Amino acid sequence: MQLALFIIFAVLCVVFALNFLFQRHPINSALSLIVVMMSLAVIYWTLGAEFLAAAQVIVYSGAVMVLFTFVIMLLNAGEEERTRGSKIAYIVGIPGVIAVFALLAYTFVHEHSTLGMAHLGGHLNNGVSNLEEVSRILFTDMLLPFEVTSILILVAILGAVVLARKEH
Amino acid sequence: MPTTLSNNVLALLPEYILTIVGVLIMLGEPLLPAGRTRKPLGWLAILGAIAATGVSFWQLHLGVMNAFSDSIRVDAYSIFFQVVIGAVVVISLLASLDYFEGNSSHAGEYYALVCFGAVGMMLMSCSTELLMVFIGLEISSISTYIMAGFRKGQGTATESSLKYFLLGSFATAFFLYGIALTFGATGSTNINVVAAALPHTNSPVLAVLAIAMIIIGIGFKVSAAPFHVWTPDVYQGAPPPVVGLMSTAPKAAAFAVLLRILYSGYAIDQPRWQILMAILSVLSMCIGNFGALMQRDVKRMLAYSSIAHAGYLIAAFTALPADGIAAAAFYSASYAAMNVGAFIVITLVSGYSERVRTGDDYTGLAQEHPVLGAAFSFFLLSMIGIPFTAGFFGKFYVFTAVMHSGHVKLALIGLVNSGIGCYYYLRLITRIYSTANATKSSSSADFELAAETDPALIAAPLNFPMPAVSLRIPAYVALAAAALATLALGIAPNGVLRMAQSAAIATTPANAANQITPISPSSTLR
Repeated sequence: MQLALFIIFAVLCVVFALNFLFQRHPINSALSLIVVMMSLAVIYWTLGAEFLAAAQVIVYSGAVMVLFTFVIMLLNAGEEERTRGSKIAYIVGIPGVIAVFALLAYTFVHEHSTLGMAHLGGHLNNGVSNLEEVSRILFTDMLLPFEVTSILILVAILGAVVLARKEH
Repeated sequence: MPTTLSNNVLALLPEYILTIVGVLIMLGEPLLPAGRTRKPLGWLAILGAIAATGVSFWQLHLGVMNAFSDSIRVDAYSIFFQVVIGAVVVISLLASLDYFEGNSSHAGEYYALVCFGAVGMMLMSCSTELLMVFIGLEISSISTYIMAGFRKGQGTATESSLKYFLLGSFATAFFLYGIALTFGATGSTNINVVAAALPHTNSPVLAVLAIAMIIIGIGFKVSAAPFHVWTPDVYQGAPPPVVGLMSTAPKAAAFAVLLRILYSGYAIDQPRWQILMAILSVLSMCIGNFGALMQRDVKRMLAYSSIAHAGYLIAAFTALPADGIAAAAFYSASYAAMNVGAFIVITLVSGYSERVRTGDDYTGLAQEHPVLGAAFSFFLLSMIGIPFTAGFFGKFYVFTAVMHSGHVKLALIGLVNSGIGCYYYLRLITRIYSTANATKSSSSADFELAAETDPALIAAPLNFPMPAVSLRIPAYVALAAAALATLALGIAPNGVLRMAQSAAIATTPANAANQITPISPSSTLR
């Protein structure tokens, strides 16, 4: 049952990721990206990473993708045109992607015995709730990075004000 | 635990001061009426930065401090870099005090961004927790992306900001991936724990991959070749005081992080990452120097020169730990002094609209402004590495450290490159000191200038626009400070060198790895 769930969503994920790349209209690409994000969330969840699954849905499928679609609609972006630049991107990009993928796949396959296998169905954390662990560490060991993130957000707000406001 | 509490306060005192000052500036900005000068906010930022630098220096007497469950370690090493960053921030703030006056309606936000950026850089240099490093890196990077685009009317400024943002985000993703792989290999993101867990790791391949990712990420930030492509465009479009700041302080912080991660975190993998660093160093030196030969725009030339200087500094990573760290720390201090100085001169000479850009435009600078001409030549000589300047001792220590560890070829390549570098620096100096010819007009500018599209600027004669003398005093003070620092580091480097050496001792493996209990990957969060 869980294996079936994994296979369904893994296939969905890969198919829509490819669709995302090959679609010419940005809105189609954006919509397929949403499917990719959602299926990834399901896969995370079956692996026992509830926190990651929730974050994936809220942050990526929710906030980021809404922003994407808004931008595409505001710009009224049409079908993309093939230029010489995009040809170069194909020529350089595809071997590059294959090289990175091969390197990472080799590493993970090579190291799979030491990394350990994940079990479908969330047995990975032996009953310890992922959410609890994350929140505990966020307010103990990682307290400082967590708090300093507020400065990061402040800087981002300042940047939005500076770059978006008209000079007067 | 009262001791931990006070450590948590004491260790991050400079960062607290700068954060509070930044927030005050941010809150004060809307309270000032729209047309009013923003200089009081600038002075507040300068005072805050001076206080933070002073406090950081004072922390030297408190000894080694660990705070926030070992994510912060304040020692001679972090203090050295924090003082360098603080000094650079103070000098660049002084230089930009009049730069944005009347030109930009965002001067207040600029001062706040500089303060927040400094917080990020200081956090980077004192944290031993990789996630903390990441947040610090993001704070400093995002504030520099914004500052790069501060001249909003100009196309190059937007290009600069956007390019920097896109490539910078790409680089941080690499860095973050490196952190994730580090966690995968050792079960921790704390540098000390990583160092202790690495010998027992089950997956050394992951660890090597993690180092490579971290080096790529930081390599982008310090503009080391082949990750340098953004540098010339960004430097060309960003306002000169901002370039002075962002080519020195964030780089010093990034080198502090890289030195700490490699030498105290990944010490046992040194033979592996040494090769990577040697390749980066040779590429940066060659691409930087040969690229600079071709440039006509002075800011682009200095951008390529900064790539070359990153190469010289990276060469220090191939040396033995104590030598290498001391040499790299000294080099980042001396490079900060001379580069900030050079960009203050560019700020004063070219002004906000930047009509003076190419090497030809600088012809006759010494005749019209003898002080600026002399100062610029002095900084350029220091970049060549002439004795009695900071650059000489910087290069001297780096190359002796490299020679000590037996990498004679690398040192030789570095020396040959410094020779090539002479050419373009001296070419600019001769231009500064040659007499201005009468044909000097906007047609001599061989670049697509704003001047060529703006009819009002084409009609105006091209000379060195200067604000009133009273407005330039803070910038001249900053210039004098940078020149003095360059001279002092070149004549009496002992004090700073001793600080750099104690910094090196503070972070070499034997010291950094004390009092650690190794934990197994399985016991931590998955």
